[in-house]
Amino acid sequence: MPSPKRTARPVARELLFGNLWEYDAAPESSPAFIDASYGLFIGGKWVAPKTRKTFNSISPRNEEKLSEIALAGAADVDAAYQAAAKAFPAWSKLPGSERAKYLFRIARLLQDRAREFAVAETLDGGKPIKESRDFDLPMAAAHFFYHAGWADKLNYVTPGRALEPLGVVGQVIPWNFPLLMLAWKLAPALATGNTVVIKPAETTSITALKFASILQDAGLPPGVINIVTGAGDTGAAVVNHPLAAKIAFTGSTAVGKSIQRALAGTGKRLTLELGGKAANIVFEDAPIDQAVEGIINGIFFNQGHVCCAGSRLLVQESIANQVLSKLKIRMKSLRTGDPLDKNTDVGAINSRAQLDRIHELVASGVAEGAELYQPVCDLPQKGFYFPPTLFSKVSQSHRIARDEIFGPVLSILTFRTPEEAIEKANNTHYGLSAGVWTDKGSLILKMSNELKAGVVWANSYNKFDPSSPFGGYKESGFGREGGKQGLLDYATLKATF
Amino acid sequence: MRLHITKTPKCYVGGSFIRSEGGRVVPLCDAKGTFFANIPLCTRKDLRNAVEAAAKAGPNWAGRSAYNRGQILYRLAEMLEARASEMTEAILIGGGSRAKANREVVASIDRIVHYAGWTDKFQVLLGSVNPVASAHFNFTVTEPMGIIGIIAPDEMPLLGLVSLVMPAITGGNSVVTLASNKQPYPAILLGEMLATSDLPGGVVNLLTGQRDELIPTFASHAHLRGVTAVADLVERQAIQVGAADSVKRLKLIAAEDPMDWYSENAQGLYEIRDHLEHKTTWHPIGA
Repeated sequence: MPSPKRTARPVARELLFGNLWEYDAAPESSPAFIDASYGLFIGGKWVAPKTRKTFNSISPRNEEKLSEIALAGAADVDAAYQAAAKAFPAWSKLPGSERAKYLFRIARLLQDRAREFAVAETLDGGKPIKESRDFDLPMAAAHFFYHAGWADKLNYVTPGRALEPLGVVGQVIPWNFPLLMLAWKLAPALATGNTVVIKPAETTSITALKFASILQDAGLPPGVINIVTGAGDTGAAVVNHPLAAKIAFTGSTAVGKSIQRALAGTGKRLTLELGGKAANIVFEDAPIDQAVEGIINGIFFNQGHVCCAGSRLLVQESIANQVLSKLKIRMKSLRTGDPLDKNTDVGAINSRAQLDRIHELVASGVAEGAELYQPVCDLPQKGFYFPPTLFSKVSQSHRIARDEIFGPVLSILTFRTPEEAIEKANNTHYGLSAGVWTDKGSLILKMSNELKAGVVWANSYNKFDPSSPFGGYKESGFGREGGKQGLLDYATLKATF
Repeated sequence: MRLHITKTPKCYVGGSFIRSEGGRVVPLCDAKGTFFANIPLCTRKDLRNAVEAAAKAGPNWAGRSAYNRGQILYRLAEMLEARASEMTEAILIGGGSRAKANREVVASIDRIVHYAGWTDKFQVLLGSVNPVASAHFNFTVTEPMGIIGIIAPDEMPLLGLVSLVMPAITGGNSVVTLASNKQPYPAILLGEMLATSDLPGGVVNLLTGQRDELIPTFASHAHLRGVTAVADLVERQAIQVGAADSVKRLKLIAAEDPMDWYSENAQGLYEIRDHLEHKTTWHPIGA
């Protein structure tokens, strides 16, 4: 007797709008108040760089020049460290309750000017205004507000030991969440009583420099925060300065390793928040439509310029076709284009260099035999854009499944059992984050236990909060940012026995 | 008169007692210069084998209940207490007074008991449920890093080693340890006590050998997730440079600085924390 024919699972149904209507442009119109040029913010004052050199900051949105930024050399970085060292004794001895008030003020002033900063962030970095407005700015302010409250409660952080500040901390931050990364770095450093020399990424200096005006308005003592701008050489000067008690770096794993090497023998402390190649794992019993939204958010949030992006989708074999077809439909409704448009989902790629890297890795995916899908997109003529991209038929050895692309490119792999999913998910040098989608609670806890990653999002993805520690396993770095756990990375433990 | 039976010192690796695969030894003499025994000079290959043994033992050790780990560590204290006088003799080979040697043994036993009591408590103090602003249940737990390389100080051959090994295994890690160069015999004897302590083989692996030969491999071996060492400046630099390629977690204690191993500050929660990762899990709250 012939076995009953198995009916295929229903494929996703699609609402077809065709070209029934076009979206009108909906540009954000608030002014960003970007100065024509910026100096260095050292010792509470704007100073001209001793290098007498500047570089242009352009908008990846349309490649137009936004501002001229001072290029800090070694002498400028030294001046910043001197200012920070001078400010340290008074700042660290200030009662915690007083330090807290400065941080509360900063949080409030940032909230006041959130829209202005969001527009500047979008112009300078290319991220959609709805993300800078609804995520980066509120979250940055929240980080200051959260850490403000810790400043006079440090005795509660480490039972049995007292926390003491380290001294001057050197911080180097990336271009993907410019102001938010600045907040992640500055808030815990200041709450614990350190002073700071911070260097934003060269393509995204503007919101850091605008932030200096908030520090002035808040009346923060001169030298507590010093902002130096420039590229890799400036970063090296920050990392290698002898006055640094600690270096905190967020960026690529390659640069992180070189910093760890450079600090050898110096006695400086180090925390690293590096790259990732997160697995987003979808089981067959997952709420599929929620999972599809989570997958889309996991990889296309901020154009995929996210160290914890869910760039490796692992789908259980039985639902792989269904998920793939739903993803393709969902990707068609993503709007890629002008980041200043309030309807835009995927904005501009941060720089020409990053766009080139994405092109190169996507070409390698095609060459290695993976199947490419991109929805039809009307990309702007000027600026740096890349359409949302999905690769199916990806194997673990493909570069697109191993290397961090840092762009809107998703690779889909399949698995049969939870054990296989764990093995594939952990088969990477990275270990920053992971996602798990299933309706089964015990499976979530098993997966969370076994995944070698610092953050596990279950039935959600790309969620952040100042109270929630963030940071990686393995070559994704060490140290945590946020929560009570993050405070210890900016303090030394004093013996109390 | 009966000629007494001397013991052949062997290293404790993967639950077995091994000689070095390289077949080399170094003679160990007592404080008066009299030959005592030949100590294995372990090689890089021995170190790699020990890492493999630690990798095999790790998941089982980490997966045991905290209560069970506590009892096993307490059992180790029982083993050392029962053979305290033998351990005192082992330390006396390196010279010094009997009272001083005995003090080191007693402090080591107490340190082990201290950590035996931590196995089911550090999680509560280091983890957290985090009040995120969205509708999520968010919690942070600690997890062992994995395999930790430990380089013990030359001085305090027992207490120094125990003070570094105990917090790592209390946290659920497995360790590969290089014993004191100057006084390796107490570590050899400790291996015999570990073997009878119910601690699964491979959780603690004890090697003897030369620091300069083995430190580069400790630094660069990609399967060691962390290195904890008492080291001089040159060694610290070598460890840091070698560790960068695999982004290792390092805890480096300066050998040139005075270190009071007897102090209560040389033990506790934050020593355990130095060998842990923090993992944060999010889950939506809702139907």
